[in-house]
Amino acid sequence: MAPTVNRPYDKINRRVGDPGPSRRGPRRSIARRTTAKPPVRSLIGMTKVLHLEAINRSFGDRRVLRDVTFDVTAGRMTGFVGANGAGKTTSMRIILGVLAPDSGEVTWQGSRLTREDRRSFGYMPEERGLYPKMTVRDQLVYLGRLHGLSLDTVRRNVAELLEWLSLGERADDPVENLSLGNQQRAQIAAALVHDPDVLVLDEPFSGLDPMAVDTVVNVLRERTHRGVPVLFSSHQLDVVERLCDDLVIIADGSIRAAGSRDSLRDAYTQHRFSIVVGGDAGWLRDQPGVSLVDLDGARAVFDLADDADDQAVLRAALDRGPVRSFGPVTPSLAEIFREVAR
Amino acid sequence: MNTSSAIRLIAARELKVKIKDKTFLISTIFFLLFAIGSTVLPAVFGGGASSVAVADSATATTLRGAGLEVRQVADNAAAEQAVRDGDVDAAVVTGGGDPSVLAMDEAPSDVVNALSVAPEVRLLNPDAIDPILAYLVPFGFAIVFFFTSLTFGLQIAQSVVEEKQTRIVEILVASVPTRALLVGKVVAGGILALAQIALIAVVTIAGTQLTDNGALLSMIGPSIGWFIPFFVVGFVMLAALWAAMGALVNRVEDLNGVSMPMQLVVMVPFFLVIFLSDNKPVMTLLSYIPFSAPTAMPVRLFTGDAAGWEPFLSLGVMVLAAAALIAVGARVYEGSLLRTNGKTSFGAAFRDKESRRLADLNN
Repeated sequence: MAPTVNRPYDKINRRVGDPGPSRRGPRRSIARRTTAKPPVRSLIGMTKVLHLEAINRSFGDRRVLRDVTFDVTAGRMTGFVGANGAGKTTSMRIILGVLAPDSGEVTWQGSRLTREDRRSFGYMPEERGLYPKMTVRDQLVYLGRLHGLSLDTVRRNVAELLEWLSLGERADDPVENLSLGNQQRAQIAAALVHDPDVLVLDEPFSGLDPMAVDTVVNVLRERTHRGVPVLFSSHQLDVVERLCDDLVIIADGSIRAAGSRDSLRDAYTQHRFSIVVGGDAGWLRDQPGVSLVDLDGARAVFDLADDADDQAVLRAALDRGPVRSFGPVTPSLAEIFREVAR
Repeated sequence: MNTSSAIRLIAARELKVKIKDKTFLISTIFFLLFAIGSTVLPAVFGGGASSVAVADSATATTLRGAGLEVRQVADNAAAEQAVRDGDVDAAVVTGGGDPSVLAMDEAPSDVVNALSVAPEVRLLNPDAIDPILAYLVPFGFAIVFFFTSLTFGLQIAQSVVEEKQTRIVEILVASVPTRALLVGKVVAGGILALAQIALIAVVTIAGTQLTDNGALLSMIGPSIGWFIPFFVVGFVMLAALWAAMGALVNRVEDLNGVSMPMQLVVMVPFFLVIFLSDNKPVMTLLSYIPFSAPTAMPVRLFTGDAAGWEPFLSLGVMVLAAAALIAVGARVYEGSLLRTNGKTSFGAAFRDKESRRLADLNN
């Protein structure tokens, strides 16, 4: 999926293989100057896409979502990242029909969501909760039946899920007797019990140890292989980086970036370099086309203007002495996030 | 899946949970003991006719005629000794002139009455009611309605808060209509409450049979029969409001605060009916006020103060009031169920637009 760029808050410049006009200035103003591309819509109606279109929502005077538009595509894990209060949970609650948008709409496979559609969705709310005194199995069966499944199907699904999530032994314990990690697994099972067509998971990995994260990741992967679109939010950017196919970054209620993880990473990779020289790297400050990001004696990290040549910088460095290392910086998701969400 | 099967699933879960609940079991046992006590105790305390020792045979005939257990003794001294020994409740001694009654510490009214020349009595209420029963019956109806609507009401409210507190409500609302949740809870509470009072009614009736008090049964039976429809309507009316109260808060700990008005609505009629059960104008008024009618009307029927048409009218008033209050309760419930930031005021929940927008969205 190509990066989806949203007007007017886009910050992603589609620079991959497209140098574009050389107008690169100081790093932070990159995107504001670029021409916005319209959102990719060709997929809608063709594949199974959950689409949010220009969702707005205020709580009193506080505008929580501004023209939120993005896609969650079938068979892909879409990571939804943003700071606390950026609007992730509000967006998810609107998808699930637990909250109404002030304007805009959510569509699934091209048509507006109905309650029937939503019943086929799996949802893990931000704040966890199952009935504390009910056993894991009983409440999974109950929730599956509320989603319209027959008792036989539900029983089969529950047994399978408990196995997958290594919860089999605790199946007949009340949820309140489970460890937090196991409660979390039960919560994930609750979102999956009715074989949902779409999965919306708010912070599914919080409170899980690395082993449990892997277990859950496997379960979710298995769902995406079946063609289920999965939207999940997380603060654990390393997990998101490892897991997601697509990424949606939200800040202050607006989508700052949306697209495939790789294209986003590429977009932020091309023009940042790190260098380690023999002497002091301070001269880089005066090098044309270079804007320093970080300077620490012989080490420097810098961004390069679109029309500047990285090899010219390298040659300039070699003219001044030895170069220990030189190369492009692949930004971590955390860095991209920090930059985009600023 | 349609709404009615959702309601059935929801009610079934509530029933399954409640039936294992200690509060439910304890309150059921408490009521059963109360029912047994109130039917058996009057027979025990009433004690039947006094036994009386007497020497004079003419007096003995009179006393026998009054249905007393008479023991004929040799002389007055023997009669007095029989009382002192505790063989009999009383003795009648005839020292030539008027008879006098001897007893240990309590004047035996039935003996005294048998020897008295009673003035003509015209009973305005010929179905004389045992004074203990006259007290116990209003108390019984009041306490059953009070405790049942309070405990089951609170449980409904708690079950609503639990779903809010755990946020499972978001999962539920994403899959079933809000109203199905409300109806399922009220139905389950109603079934349990009704089962509980039906059990109490059966035990009460059986108790009166066992104590061989057929007259009592014919007196109390019709009011119990009426109590049930009043109870059902009253319970559902209050249950919808209890659910609304539960939806106003986010934590079980906060429930006490918001449920205070509900507790008063249940408690005030309870005390009014108990303390003013012999004040006819007040009881008449109470038997038409929806919150006190479930107790006051059966009591008035029991005491014979209500005309045959009155329970119908009162029940009609209640049905209307219940319809209105259920509508209010449902609206407040829906208006506050998904508000998770702090306590919601009744008014804010009633005016809530979100729930109606969501309803539109889902149609």
